[in-house]
Amino acid sequence: MTLPILTVEALRASYGLAEVLFGVGLTLNRGEVVALMGRNGAGKSTTLKAIMGLVPASAGVVTFADTPVTGWEPFRIARLGLGYVPEERRIFTDLTVYENLEVGRRQARGERPAWTPEKLFSIFPNLAEMRGRRASAMSGGEQQMLTIARTLMGNPAAVLLDEPSEGLAPVIVEQMAEAVLRMKREGIAVLLSEQNLYFASTVSDRAYVIEKGAIRYEGTTAELEENDEIREAYLTV
Amino acid sequence: MDPSFLVLQSLSGLASASSLFVIASGLTLVFGVTRIVNFAHGSFYMLGAYLAVTLVPRLLDLSYSPWTFFLGVILSAVLVGLVGVAIEVLLLRRIYRVPELFQLLATFGIVLIVQDVVLKVWGPVDIPGPRAPGLRHGVEILGQRFPSYELLLIGVGPLVLGLLWLVMHRTRFGVLVRAATQDREMVGALGVNQARLFTTTLFLGAFLAGLGGALQIPRLPANSHMDLSIITDAFVVTVIGGMGSVTGAFLAALVIGQLQAFGILIFPKVTLVLVFLLMAVVLVVKPWGLLGKPDAAASRTVAPEGILGLRRFRPPERILAGLAVLLVLVVPLIADAYKVKVATEILVFALAAFSLQFLVGVGGLVSFGHAAYFGIGAYAAGLLVTGPFKAPMELALALAPLAGAAGAALFGFFIVRLSGIYLAMLTLAFAQIVYAVCFQWVEVTGGDNGVVGVWPAAWAASRGTYYYVVAAVVLAAIVALRRVIHAPFGYTLRAARDSATRADAIGIDVRTHRWLGFTLAGAAAGLAGGLYAFSKGSIDPTMISIPQSVDFLAMILVGGIQTVMGPLVGAGVFHALKDVFMPLTEFWRLALGATIIAMVLLFPRGIAGATLSLRPRRPAPASVEASA
Repeated sequence: MTLPILTVEALRASYGLAEVLFGVGLTLNRGEVVALMGRNGAGKSTTLKAIMGLVPASAGVVTFADTPVTGWEPFRIARLGLGYVPEERRIFTDLTVYENLEVGRRQARGERPAWTPEKLFSIFPNLAEMRGRRASAMSGGEQQMLTIARTLMGNPAAVLLDEPSEGLAPVIVEQMAEAVLRMKREGIAVLLSEQNLYFASTVSDRAYVIEKGAIRYEGTTAELEENDEIREAYLTV
Repeated sequence: MDPSFLVLQSLSGLASASSLFVIASGLTLVFGVTRIVNFAHGSFYMLGAYLAVTLVPRLLDLSYSPWTFFLGVILSAVLVGLVGVAIEVLLLRRIYRVPELFQLLATFGIVLIVQDVVLKVWGPVDIPGPRAPGLRHGVEILGQRFPSYELLLIGVGPLVLGLLWLVMHRTRFGVLVRAATQDREMVGALGVNQARLFTTTLFLGAFLAGLGGALQIPRLPANSHMDLSIITDAFVVTVIGGMGSVTGAFLAALVIGQLQAFGILIFPKVTLVLVFLLMAVVLVVKPWGLLGKPDAAASRTVAPEGILGLRRFRPPERILAGLAVLLVLVVPLIADAYKVKVATEILVFALAAFSLQFLVGVGGLVSFGHAAYFGIGAYAAGLLVTGPFKAPMELALALAPLAGAAGAALFGFFIVRLSGIYLAMLTLAFAQIVYAVCFQWVEVTGGDNGVVGVWPAAWAASRGTYYYVVAAVVLAAIVALRRVIHAPFGYTLRAARDSATRADAIGIDVRTHRWLGFTLAGAAAGLAGGLYAFSKGSIDPTMISIPQSVDFLAMILVGGIQTVMGPLVGAGVFHALKDVFMPLTEFWRLALGATIIAMVLLFPRGIAGATLSLRPRRPAPASVEASA
């Protein structure tokens, strides 16, 4: 039986007077990986930011872990167990790898064992070798791993993952997919925004397609792969 | 020169560098995390000194030992830290998201309030502090005596640097502070309560300022001018070092300490100028200071504050403007001599405020030293008519705007290379250079006393006639500036204000346009300064001081920073209120400070802005890029 951990209803958001989201609705169940697909400018990142409270929602309701969190400050939402991995990575480049993990550290909730730097280094072996190194001296792929590891240090029950495969070499994309599947095995629900259908279908169970700030399609990733019409209309460039 | 003398001079330079670093490290830490340049940091320093001269003697009465002395110093610093916490919770927390001009003004409001509180509690007389037990005498170094307390101070700077390094690298708080200095929004998204982080940082910052002040008491009596004299030095240190960088502040303090120690031997009159010159040079070579990062200045998401939705007068506004001009013209017929004098000053300030609004509202160049160009105009006019030239008033008034323009062109050449808070700090530094020159070059400028006998020509000698001279010149200048705002040049400046890179990309030479705009505003301010000199009959350095610059900013704040004509309303209201209330209360500064803070919190759009918002508005352009 599936229980939603995150539900978004009729979410609207704007930058100044430029409206971006026009009533987005979606559900993320516990332990499930869901992809939010769409082209550049469709509203993927803004949806994730609005859920996290980084962009103010002008209307709609976000419920996380049975708690309405609309209008909350981001740090309170994060403390409730929702992690956020930004598209631009936003690593603290003046800090070492280890210190970056320290910023993300929060106490574990429930009976699940807490993430530790050692456990994360076992998933991302590259990071282990450079734990004392400044994050500014890392490659893009390594930074992407660090940004995920940093969020996992908060022991989230669910993670918003913004375009994890963007701009990465194919071998790193493979590792990202591994990381997402590992999170799923650990029981963490993941909502990821993605343009790459191959990546999305590798890791996710279901997919939403967003265009012009509203959800246009919902289904399993397998169905989406079969559906040429939707792919033509909303995904191909 | 005797080598032992040089060594001692260098040691005393190290001692002042050490003190300066302790204070500046707090300022730079607070800026790094909160992105607020805290004017009140100088007030924390002053409070530290006053608390220490109060507490330390009492403790020494109980037990006369170095330990009680330093216990008293630390206790004073802790109390100041708590004041910092109170200010963070009551004020700063509410202004983290407002434009930096408002932040600077609001924290300057605290400066004014603290000044009056200090005067009320401790009185206007300087209070000398006790000397440190066990450190009262000198130490023999290379055959010369050197005060042992100074030697101790030399050690304090590196000690504080070391302790801060440990806090920053070995504690969770320190790691969070460094992370927040880089990207505070992301720190929040990772579950860190920023409010608590900011409050703790303010405690640490205010503690360091208070410590710096408390440590000064054996060298310097506590006095009510300590705040502004230290804050400019601390600004310079943090700017040269790179805002947000503690190590950079340490380096900068070392350089400035030596520059002052040896500069005083070579150019005894211009030590202040040397320091600011160093800052100008560093900023031109490294626009973000020695160890600063560009993102510290650029990572703001607050929309540029300025004139939006520019349009020409509609019929009701034409009538209003006509009535205002009519009112200006009839003042001498209905008012007594004193009121005519006040009205003259209001007109002068209206022009100065209008020229500042041209910079801030149209050009997006937040000048924190506009009094410099006002003062240059006043001094040019005043010195021309009183000095060896005995020039006529007409010539002096014609040259005042040229002098203002020349000063603005020279300083503006450096200023327009920067942006944001660095730009504001550099305008402040240049204003302090002008102030220092007028203050220290006694033979020419009369120093602190200034020059008297700056009277209008015989035909304009009566109050009423001179009033009409001022009215005619000011109205003409305002009409001309307004035309510039509505001309393509003004549009170009606004484009560059809203996005310098996009303006650049469509072929606008942003730097040159800004420089021309800065020069033009300097000319208008210089003209206002010249008119002011003849209206007052004298010139003195207060015309160039920081409070004068803040008065101009307060005028455009009162009038409304998003309106073209608001500064005129603001100048009238501000100066009239000052004239009515200043003689009535001994707490004028407190009232002014509280008013500025209230304006920033409640009516950031000012009087004219508030009436504007009653009308249906055309939608303003969105200022933040949408990203998806």
